[in-house]
Order: sequence, then structure tokens, then C-alpha cells
Amino acid sequence: MREILYAEALVEGLRELLEADERVHLMGQYFLGLTSHRELMADVRDSFPGRVYYPPIAELGYVGAAIGAAIAGLRPIVDIATASFIFQAFPQIVNEAANIHYMTGGQTKVPMIFHFNHGIRGGGAAQHSHSPQAMLWNTPGLEIMAPSSPYDVKGLLKTAAESDNPTAFVDHTRLFDVIGPVPEDDYMIPFGQADIKRGGKDITLLASSFMVQLALSAAETLAEQGIDAEVVDPRTLVPLDEDTILESVAKTHYLVIVDECHRRCGVGAEFAALVVEKAFSDLRAPIVRVSTEDVPVPFSQTLERYIEPTEDKVVQAVLRVLS
Amino acid sequence: MLPTLSTKVLLGLLEKALAIRRFEEMLVKLAGKIDVGHFHVYVGQEITGVAALDLLETGDLCFTTHRNHGHLLARGADPALMLAEILGKSTGYCGGRGGTLHLASAQLGFPATSAAVGGCTPLATGAAFGMDRLGSDRVSVCLFGDGALEEGSYHESINIAALEKLPLIFLCENNSLEALGQKAGEYPSSTLAVVRLTDLVAPFGVPAITIDGCDGKAVRDGMTEAIDRARSGEGPTFIEARTVRWPGNRPLWPALVTGETNLSMAWDETVIPEEFREWHTTQDGVLRFVREMIDEGHATPETVIALDELVQDQMRTAENFALESPYPEPETALDLVFAKSGSVP
Ligand SMILES: Cc1ncc(C[n+]2csc(CCOP(=O)(O)OP(=O)(O)O)c2C)c(N)n1
Ligand SMILES: [Mg+2]
Repeated sequence: MREILYAEALVEGLRELLEADERVHLMGQYFLGLTSHRELMADVRDSFPGRVYYPPIAELGYVGAAIGAAIAGLRPIVDIATASFIFQAFPQIVNEAANIHYMTGGQTKVPMIFHFNHGIRGGGAAQHSHSPQAMLWNTPGLEIMAPSSPYDVKGLLKTAAESDNPTAFVDHTRLFDVIGPVPEDDYMIPFGQADIKRGGKDITLLASSFMVQLALSAAETLAEQGIDAEVVDPRTLVPLDEDTILESVAKTHYLVIVDECHRRCGVGAEFAALVVEKAFSDLRAPIVRVSTEDVPVPFSQTLERYIEPTEDKVVQAVLRVLS
Repeated sequence: MLPTLSTKVLLGLLEKALAIRRFEEMLVKLAGKIDVGHFHVYVGQEITGVAALDLLETGDLCFTTHRNHGHLLARGADPALMLAEILGKSTGYCGGRGGTLHLASAQLGFPATSAAVGGCTPLATGAAFGMDRLGSDRVSVCLFGDGALEEGSYHESINIAALEKLPLIFLCENNSLEALGQKAGEYPSSTLAVVRLTDLVAPFGVPAITIDGCDGKAVRDGMTEAIDRARSGEGPTFIEARTVRWPGNRPLWPALVTGETNLSMAWDETVIPEEFREWHTTQDGVLRFVREMIDEGHATPETVIALDELVQDQMRTAENFALESPYPEPETALDLVFAKSGSVP
């Protein structure tokens, strides 16, 4: 199978969705942030004039407008760019989009996708480094996809576009350079199906988004030390494939969670609660979470490095759990 | 035109304008050698910041944006501590925690710098509210770009400020005049349906003026009046200061496309290259200020060069200081999340 970059797979997915359905419109068009890959979007912008909307710096306004447009029948894919800017749009996402279908007794649907690049990207400091997926996960009514590979990003995006629910597309600029196999033919990845990114028998590493890549490198390092780690990637948080996670823990009996959210009430906290509630007796040692420290993300590289999850921290956590 | 001030004061303003220019040039050059990350420079807007903020007094507060370097320097910030912060060093103004986006010095009247577009408008409004309710005669200055007018926070803030007659100055730096904008595939700046930015002020009954941000006198006079109004309880004022976007700001990352500023262009037409001629002859506020200083007898090419050398010397010192400063100890990342209650200075 051909191998392409994550950034290429993402853009290819967007392009195919625009080609397939006239109701698909882009609102905001960065997707690839300020990375060196951003020019890949130029071609999409040029190919679909009239279906790419360039919003003002008005996140509340244009994300809200996408929600309204979805109610009216458009199928918008919105780009919020840096995840931290989602807070400007929170009233519309959390208090409107997420509630509408339920609050109307199922009468009204909000079929839209909102994409953002989350997490620590190096020197973004406190206001450009957020990982808001845990906050969104605490909001019933939103579907959440968090891909970690070229294959997953395209396949999940296709499924998100078919969904009639508001869907958060949790993305990460540090994934854009990842290379992997992507079929030429059309395919979809159902939501709620975790993927074992690496099979192993000694310990489970549970991670999502960019943290999957971190877990995979840690697993390689651990393999050199004779530890065979299994890397489980849920791929979507809502719906969540609990079974695959629990089966992995039942097999390995040990769990380290890798999560870029702040530790307190992060995505990792929910993973841990799930396993403790449903598979406590399978665990032979307490779960350890590797996550971002509970401080605003600092600018300086030494400070940033200290508070973010790293491959080394994952390796150390595994050794601690297994000792 | 030059503000009506003594030669000594004018030279002080020029020194600050040169400090901003040379600081930013140093930074852009440094970014070519080491990884400095993404940053925004104030080149082309120096005269606005210097002429406006020089009027502030101790205790007056400024709330600025991602494009903050010039604002701090205009209020006398130490370039060494600024650069140290931008490089993430422990000696920087925020101990390396803020970086270029969040340069702040409470002592200099910059209590918190937001890099969320539109983040500063409610903060500045609130500071004015606080000072008003505390019965102080201090004023709050909201420094923001034209792009921030696209965010709802501005409209909510000016409404509150107008209703409460708050001691607030909205100093909106419109640098979009020459920006090609997002249609050309660049980073968007101004995307507004209004024709004049001040149309977004008039309905609130707040006095608004539009001035040339490179005209030192216009900036000074406009700001003097705004501060007087604020201090005497008459409420907020809106100033739109227009500057042409420096060509070096056009790419996503600033580049010295116009070279390091050759000040002799101010008095010797023949050294001005054809490329960017308009920039050098009419749009560069610093060159214009120098020209006016010389024309009106406040300076000679020699005094300007001497002043510039002094400034460049400071920048070299600042650069050495910042480069030699240590990074913060990693474990200190966990400090300072919360204030110690009861220890407010
Ligand atoms: C809430 C938010 N949305 C988007 C951005 C990304 N952004 C950074 S600077 C900028 C343009 C700002 O334009 P303007 O306010 O005119 O300031 P200028 O850079 O021109 O000085 C944008 C959109 C941001 N920092 N915050
Ligand atoms: Mg602007």
C-alpha cells in the first residue's frame, strides 16, 4: 500500500468530502496551522471556490454560524485552528450544539465537524497549548474523534462527515509528519472501534491523538529492555470502545495511560476510572498516568519539557508499574 | 508633524523609537541564527507607541497583545530582560513563563498580556472599572489591533465602558492598510464589514478619532485629550492610529526585507534603494521622525547617529545578557500557579 503523510491524508480526506457532497463547506481553512505543510491546503481552497469560507477573527460568531448552518442543512467542517481559540466559541459548542438534539426532543440535528490542533507544540505558552478534549468529553452530545495516524485520520473524517451529530476533530500539529499506509480506495473507520497500534503481552499503554506516537516510541525502547508493551488507541472518545481497552488490560494486567491533558480530570482520568470500575480485579498494580502537569503551559523550553508527557516519562512509568 | 515639545524631550522619544526598531531588528537577525519560535514585531508602529505611552504616569495600566514588544519598550522596559523572556530565560520579565506573546511587567504598568485576539479588551475595561470604583485617578489603556474589532469582546467592552464612563483609552493600531489580507493566502488581519473602524465606536457615544500613527503630534495630541477625559471622569475615548504594514511583516515570519534601517536615508535621498522606496520615503515612521527632527533643528545627522550608536550598544549588551542567561530550573515549572494570599504588594 502507498505510504503518505498524515497531513496529506487529512487534506485528501477533506478534498474527497468536498467532491462527494455539495453540502460540505469549509468554514475556516487553516487545518494545518502554521506548519510547513500548510500549503497543501492551497489546492483545496483553489479547487472549491465558494465552498471555503474565510471567517473574521470571530470564533464565537463563525463556529456558531456553522452550527446554525448545519441546522439549516449545510454540512460544515469548521477549522478553529489552535485549540485554545475554542474557548471563544465554547458558548455555541457546549451550550448550543451539544444540547440541541436532546433539548428539542430529537427534532433538530447539528451535523457539523469542528477541527482544532491541540496540545503543546513548542513555545506556544499558556494561551496556545490547550488540550480541551477532556472539557468536551464532559459535555454530553458531542462526538469526539482523536486520530493518531494517516490511515485513521482519513477514515475517521469520512465517518464524522456522515454523522448527524456535532463532532469534535481533535488534531495535533505534531502528527502531521507521521508517515503511514493509506489505501487509494475509499474507506471509512467506524466510530467506537479502538485499534491495537502495537500488540504486546506485558503491559497496556492507553493513549490517544499524538500521545499514541509517544507510546509507540516508548514501546520500542521498552522492547529493547525485554518488555513487550501493547499500545491501545481508542481513536474516538465518544463513542468509546470500552471492550478493547478492558480486554487488553485483562491480558496484560498492567496499565499506563498517556494523556496530554492536564492530569486533573483529563482524558486519562476517565480512562483510569473506566478500568478501575470495570476491570479492577484484572489489575496487578495501580494504574499510572503520564500527563501534563497541573500548571498553565509555560513558554520556556526547559519548563515546557518538564511538564509535558515525554517518551522517557512513559518508559519510567512502565518500569515503575512493573517493579 | 513633531509634537510641540522641547528638543530634550523629543530626543528622548527618538531614543525610544530607535530602541524599538533596533530591538526588533536584533530579534529578527537572531531568529535567523537560533530557534526563537514565532513572534510579532512592532516595526512601523514605533511612533504610535512611543508618542502615546510616554504620556502615561506611574499606576496607569496598559493591556496589550501578541504585538507587545514596542509597547513595553515605550514605557522604558529593559531590552535585556525583554529578550531574555523571549528566549525563555530565567532572567526574563516573566521568568521565562510568558515569552514573546505574553511579555508583562507589572512594575511598568503591564499587569497581564493576552495573546488571544480580543483578550485584552475586557481586561482593560475591567481595570478601568476597578480604578474608577477605587476612586483612583489612574487610567487604563487598551492596546489592540484592528483584528480585535472582529471579536465580540470589543463590542461588549466598549458598551460597558461607555455606560459606566470608565477611565479608559482604546488605542486601536490599524496596521492593515497595506496588508494584502487572506485573499492572497496570507494571515488574515482585518475582515470587517464596516468602512471606517470608528463606525464601530460612534453608536456607543464614545468620542473617536482616526490619526496617522506615524504623526507624532497627532498621536500625542489625541492621547493627551483622551487621558484628560479619562482622568476627569468623562469616560472612554477611541483612537484609531493608522500605520502602513512594514513589508517585513508580510511573510508569516518577520524578515528584514527592507534591511537594517539605514538612518542616513532620513537626510540623504540618494542612499534610498528603488525597492521599497515608498516605505523608506513616506511610510517608515522612524525615518520620518528623524527627518522632522533635523528639518526643525532639533537634531543633526551627527546627533542622530550618536544616539543610534548608543541604542545599538544597549542592544548588544541586551543580546549578550539574554544569550548568557540560564534557562529556568525545570522543577520551577510547578511554582507560581497560585498566588500567596495576603502578600499583595
Ligand atoms: C482568539 C484568537 N483567534 C485567532 C488568533 C490567531 N491570530 C494571532 S494574531 C492574529 C491577527 C491579529 O490581527 P490584529 O489584531 O490586527 O493584530 P496585528 O497582528 O495586526 O498587530 C490572529 C488571527 C489568536 N491569537 N486568538
Ligand atoms: Mg492588524
